[in-house]
Amino acid sequence: MTIRKPILAILLLIALPSIGWAHKPSDSYLNIMLTPDAVAVRWDIALRDLEYALGLDKDGDGTITWGELRARQQAIAAYALAHLNADTAGTACAPQAERHAVENHGDGAYAVLFFDWNCPHPTAPLNLDYRLFFDLDPLHRGLVQARVNGETQTAVLSPENPRLTVQPGGLGVWRQFAQYWREGVWHIGLGFDHLLFLLTLLLPAVLYRDGDGWRPAPDLRTVSLAVAGIVTAFTVAHSITLSAAVLGWISLPSRLVESAIAITVLLAALNNLYPLVRTRRWLLAFGLGLIHGFGFAGVLAELGLPSRTLGLALAGFNLGVECGQLAVVALLLPLAFALRGSWFYRRGALQLGSLSVAAIASFWFLERI
Amino acid sequence: MKFHLLLIVTLLAMGSGMAGAKPFVPDDDGQVLERLPFFTFSPEMRELRAWRNDLADNPGDRRLAVRLAWRYVELGRAEADPRYYGYAQAALAPWWNESQPAPEVLLLRATLRQNRHDFSEALADLEKLLKVRPRAAQAWLTRAVILGVQGDYPQALRSCLALSRLATELLANACSGSILGVVGQAQASYRMLDAVLAENPEADSRERLWALTVLAETAARLGQPQAAERHFQQALALGLRDVYVLAAYADFLLDENRPAAVSALLADDIRPDSLLLRLALAEQRLHSPQAGQYRDTLRARIQASRLRGDTTHLGNEARFALELAGQPDEALRLALANWSVQREPVDARLVLEAALAAHAPSAARPVLDWLEKTGLEDVRLAALSQNLRRELRP
Repeated sequence: MTIRKPILAILLLIALPSIGWAHKPSDSYLNIMLTPDAVAVRWDIALRDLEYALGLDKDGDGTITWGELRARQQAIAAYALAHLNADTAGTACAPQAERHAVENHGDGAYAVLFFDWNCPHPTAPLNLDYRLFFDLDPLHRGLVQARVNGETQTAVLSPENPRLTVQPGGLGVWRQFAQYWREGVWHIGLGFDHLLFLLTLLLPAVLYRDGDGWRPAPDLRTVSLAVAGIVTAFTVAHSITLSAAVLGWISLPSRLVESAIAITVLLAALNNLYPLVRTRRWLLAFGLGLIHGFGFAGVLAELGLPSRTLGLALAGFNLGVECGQLAVVALLLPLAFALRGSWFYRRGALQLGSLSVAAIASFWFLERI
Repeated sequence: MKFHLLLIVTLLAMGSGMAGAKPFVPDDDGQVLERLPFFTFSPEMRELRAWRNDLADNPGDRRLAVRLAWRYVELGRAEADPRYYGYAQAALAPWWNESQPAPEVLLLRATLRQNRHDFSEALADLEKLLKVRPRAAQAWLTRAVILGVQGDYPQALRSCLALSRLATELLANACSGSILGVVGQAQASYRMLDAVLAENPEADSRERLWALTVLAETAARLGQPQAAERHFQQALALGLRDVYVLAAYADFLLDENRPAAVSALLADDIRPDSLLLRLALAEQRLHSPQAGQYRDTLRARIQASRLRGDTTHLGNEARFALELAGQPDEALRLALANWSVQREPVDARLVLEAALAAHAPSAARPVLDWLEKTGLEDVRLAALSQNLRRELRP
């Protein structure tokens, strides 16, 4: 046959390239979390695509309601899972424990399907075969994110390239160590309360208390010793509690830990304003540092820990935290030492600084309690 | 610690392209989750579904497949929505990978390839088609459009000329007008097309739409905003939904510093990224409370496209980086990447603006040379070029 209304057909093409595809094409987001015990999956599929494949809009009014989606959840799961196969060593993994939710992405609403894959050979590589919507829309893509031991592998699956193999424990020991080390450095940078605590303790390290006033410390040696003492004490203390918490020996509710951390910052600031602990401030660093270790443990738990190489991850993370701290100290100490004799340092940095820290810490405490 | 976790969660969400809130389970069955672009039970959609079902029963029925595919291409064009192009390709699946499929299939394949910016493959398909069907007007027109986008104006004009023997006078003139308008003959081609349009009041409304759009854009380039406004209004009055025309008119209004008019024009029409981008720009200039929300939605969509590895959105991305995200260096990189694929006046302008913003005038050198060579008349490009040349002078 000849093409219906040829002229009309022609005009469809005109000038289109200058705006490109004005819409996002069809994608699904397949997130897979591989642990030694389970394969947890979250799959986000656009409602528009499900409508085209299965017809969700029962009353035909051009909208999809939660009721309409809910009525078809079983059909959706059956359809989706029929187009996604996983196997280990040639034996299929069985999906189970399906749960349904909804998510709004930038381009519309998606059905979210949660499930676990029960794989017969959990230590073997996981082979994926993705076919969703390829028969209906060859431009559809499956965007896969597989997370193994905190490392993420991504892939774009298409009709030409529908398969992916995910290596379990795909990370070598040293790379895993490096990964957790990076996380440690990262968290000292982000963990404003830990950094503030340490800096508050270090503020007076370039000075010494003489009667009721502060005087500049005589030389760099004295200062370095004091700083080393404080940093080491803080490190030893939080390493002890971090390990204890991660290994499950002690467990504290996170709200309590967070509030207690705010108090430690407040105490450190108050000690600068009304010095009670004057000479052996490393003792203060140690005592209060114990509490911070529980805070780090919370972060580490969020990251997910490998059960087989727990010690390595712990050591890597801890070392990362120390390196992050040392970097900050190395950056600020020379400055503080140079300025220690000035009125600006003693009044501005020490007094006003400590006062502001105390205010921030009080605010944190009230917010967290 | 809260601060920590919040940041980590945010970073993870950004990294995974999972922008938006956490998954939720609504508690009201009546809650509307998604609005479809069409009424599901409308006669058009019913007919489309019927054809789809017929084709599913007889997947080898080429006539039906071609008819269905064209319908999807029309929808994709109107909505600027690539899903429909995917549906069209699926209808042609049995013949898609043949090296020399039937002419009807070749034309559709070229169209669909052009839409995903596979320009060289699209041109190859058109050459094959024109060898067996030298009088296929559609093929000449598509060829002209692709070559025009690539900046090969002599070849594009040759295709328009071939068209003048095969299609209506208005169509052929709109084709050559769109090319001549950017190679230093804007005045003459504008008058010519305007006259042909006046002589053909009964012309097909799609053809009129294209002619009016070419006229409006040419007038705007020549620095005649009243004429451009009039043509855009005439184009919109035809009542044919066309995302390209809406985007072009919004750009014109933004240039004329009329963001409130853009806001009114696009109101809730934010399904297409290109329209969302213009609306976000307008709302930003109006300092409206929704501006941030539009910007964030757009950023999420851009991140999602990046995950996929598409390059069809480079232009949009460059403009987002330049005007909404305040990242001139990134904008320049994207604008130059876009320039390597397509060379329309808007693409040239992006490079010039980004080079100015990034204080890297020398990066704009290839575009400046190109503008000189083609003799493109455009008041805004001329002003930008002048600024850049001033900075380039030692």
